[in-house]
Amino acid sequence: MSEPTKAISELFASRFGERVKLGPMVGGIVSAEVEVESWLEVCRILRDEDEFGFEQLTDLCGVDYLSFGQSEWDTDDVSQEGFSRGVEGLGPGRFNWADRPEAAGVKQRFGVVVHLLSFRNNHRLRLRCFAPDEGMPIVPSLVEIWSSANWYEREAFDLFGIVFEGHPDLRRIMTDYGFTGHPFRKDFPLIGNVAVRYDPQKKRVVYEPVEIEPRVGVPRVLRDDSRYKADEVDQAAEATAGQIASDDAATGEQEDQNG
Amino acid sequence: MAEIRNYTMNFGPQHPAAHGVLRLVLEMDGETVVRADPHVGLLHRATEKLAESKPFNQSIGYLDRLDYMSMMCNEHAYVRAIEELLGIEPPPRAQYIRTMFDELTRFSNHLLWIASCGIDLGAMTVFLYAFREREMVMDMYEAVSGARMHAAYYRPGGVYRDLPESIAPYKESRWTKGKDLKRRNEWREGSLLDFIEAFAKDVPSKIDEYETLLTNNRIWKQRTVGIGVVSPEKALQMGYSGVMLRGSGIEWDLRKKQPYAMYDQVDFDVPVGVGGDCYDRYLVRVEELRQSAKIILQCVDWLKKNPGHVMLKNFKVIPPTREEMKDDMEALIHHFKLFTEGYCVPAGETYCAVEAPKGEFGCYLVSDGANKPFRVHFRAPGFAHLSSMNELARGHMLADTVAIISTLDLVFGEVDR
Repeated sequence: MSEPTKAISELFASRFGERVKLGPMVGGIVSAEVEVESWLEVCRILRDEDEFGFEQLTDLCGVDYLSFGQSEWDTDDVSQEGFSRGVEGLGPGRFNWADRPEAAGVKQRFGVVVHLLSFRNNHRLRLRCFAPDEGMPIVPSLVEIWSSANWYEREAFDLFGIVFEGHPDLRRIMTDYGFTGHPFRKDFPLIGNVAVRYDPQKKRVVYEPVEIEPRVGVPRVLRDDSRYKADEVDQAAEATAGQIASDDAATGEQEDQNG
Repeated sequence: MAEIRNYTMNFGPQHPAAHGVLRLVLEMDGETVVRADPHVGLLHRATEKLAESKPFNQSIGYLDRLDYMSMMCNEHAYVRAIEELLGIEPPPRAQYIRTMFDELTRFSNHLLWIASCGIDLGAMTVFLYAFREREMVMDMYEAVSGARMHAAYYRPGGVYRDLPESIAPYKESRWTKGKDLKRRNEWREGSLLDFIEAFAKDVPSKIDEYETLLTNNRIWKQRTVGIGVVSPEKALQMGYSGVMLRGSGIEWDLRKKQPYAMYDQVDFDVPVGVGGDCYDRYLVRVEELRQSAKIILQCVDWLKKNPGHVMLKNFKVIPPTREEMKDDMEALIHHFKLFTEGYCVPAGETYCAVEAPKGEFGCYLVSDGANKPFRVHFRAPGFAHLSSMNELARGHMLADTVAIISTLDLVFGEVDR
């Protein structure tokens, strides 16, 4: 599967030019970002033209980029506070409904990510489209092009509140009947908003505000050090060691000559 | 003249043939389905959001509970996605163990499918037969992981531990004693690999037994032939994968087309259907059982010859063993760090798919460089299959919807996530 992917990135550049921005390729899958205006057009070309031939929409999901790259524990600076630094703050999942973080004015907050599969060329492709307005995210629906998008778009609408324009039946799918809010948004508390229980007096199920405290055990930490690049570190260490050794040898020789 | 109206009825959510918690709102014209509207989400547990609040390794257990009939295949997709972002590759022995257990999982999934589909369509005996064999696969799960179903056996960098040298025999009880006990323990005297080998060698004869019960059975054929027909073009358009696709005659199997683990090293065939109806999907699944047995035997053979590590030796991601911790300060520090904070995965995104028994199970993982996933999305095959329910069931009789739901091979753990 890895062979044709290089060709496809060139193909992209020549066919779409500026309309599609190509991202880095991981695991043999090309990643491309498409403007919302050309979303439908690009997708239709990707399905219909033989050189692309993406017959199937394998997967579609929403992503909320609020708090992307933010950690709860500053690891760059040294402080006197120790581990307690890690358990403060209202990081993902650590707040309740009343304390939820402000989410106004985040640019490119909601993205729709699509994975396409071409059976005849054995390619995969990832497309991403950002909703232009984060207050009311609207993206054109792909149901016309791939009917498998139907439920995936309903799911993204339910969980992220992304509205798919032109979808024939945009109802909630995962959450309870009568649910409010979009639970997978980063400003929706992990503990939820309402709890449900059976009330023996009223003899029916009742909804009440959730009572439990948010509890996330492990703080969110970003580490940019090179611990996972063990090979590079080893190579660098070896190179420096070699450098020092040769320097030593050189100075030693010099000293000998001087002596 | 009396007005004739269509009748709307609920199929489920508490219906034995709904395979869990499917609420199907059916609009009926007499006995004929006019419209089918599946209501899902009754088992929604927000697995993807929960995973965002935990270090990477702590979510492996949730994966078992998605498609709770093919546990290790789900783990495989997630673990592969993490490995890909970390840029590590497990040792070959671990890859073979994964291949073998993926196939054992496929085996147990298809056995459960044939059992429950049989019982849905009125064939009771095959249920008892299939559960007899499935019990042994559960024992294998237990031998490697300690749990019969929710194994959490695959870890980034390999598998949790090597295959054990023994497998627990049956103890004498009121129900198992004397000759019967001896017969049941016959295979369990050697190592786990011996047990798996004996099982995989014997099992084709057991598959013959299921086929005697079903393949030429007149009632079985009346209930399945020509029911729920899907054309190849429709199958692609509706996002089908796995058996649903192959049953419609499209030769597509990720194990062949985009091989992972050790699938490019083993020899097997991909069965393909012709008609795209329920009966063809049944035939494809039965043949996959046979092919799985073939793959398992090849893996057993390799694993017996090649001992070695089953986990990478990379303390930045993989915790050290207990023995190492006892006398190595460095190992102790790594252990502490990995179990309090976990490892950080470099920023990036990936999509890894495996050929799970039900179809393509994919894991889309976005990392921003933290010790928890930023966003993880699981592409469940059953979700796409069920979304086409309206197209499949329209025009069929009410009893046929049971056959259709059955051959979609749904598990609501993965549909609802």
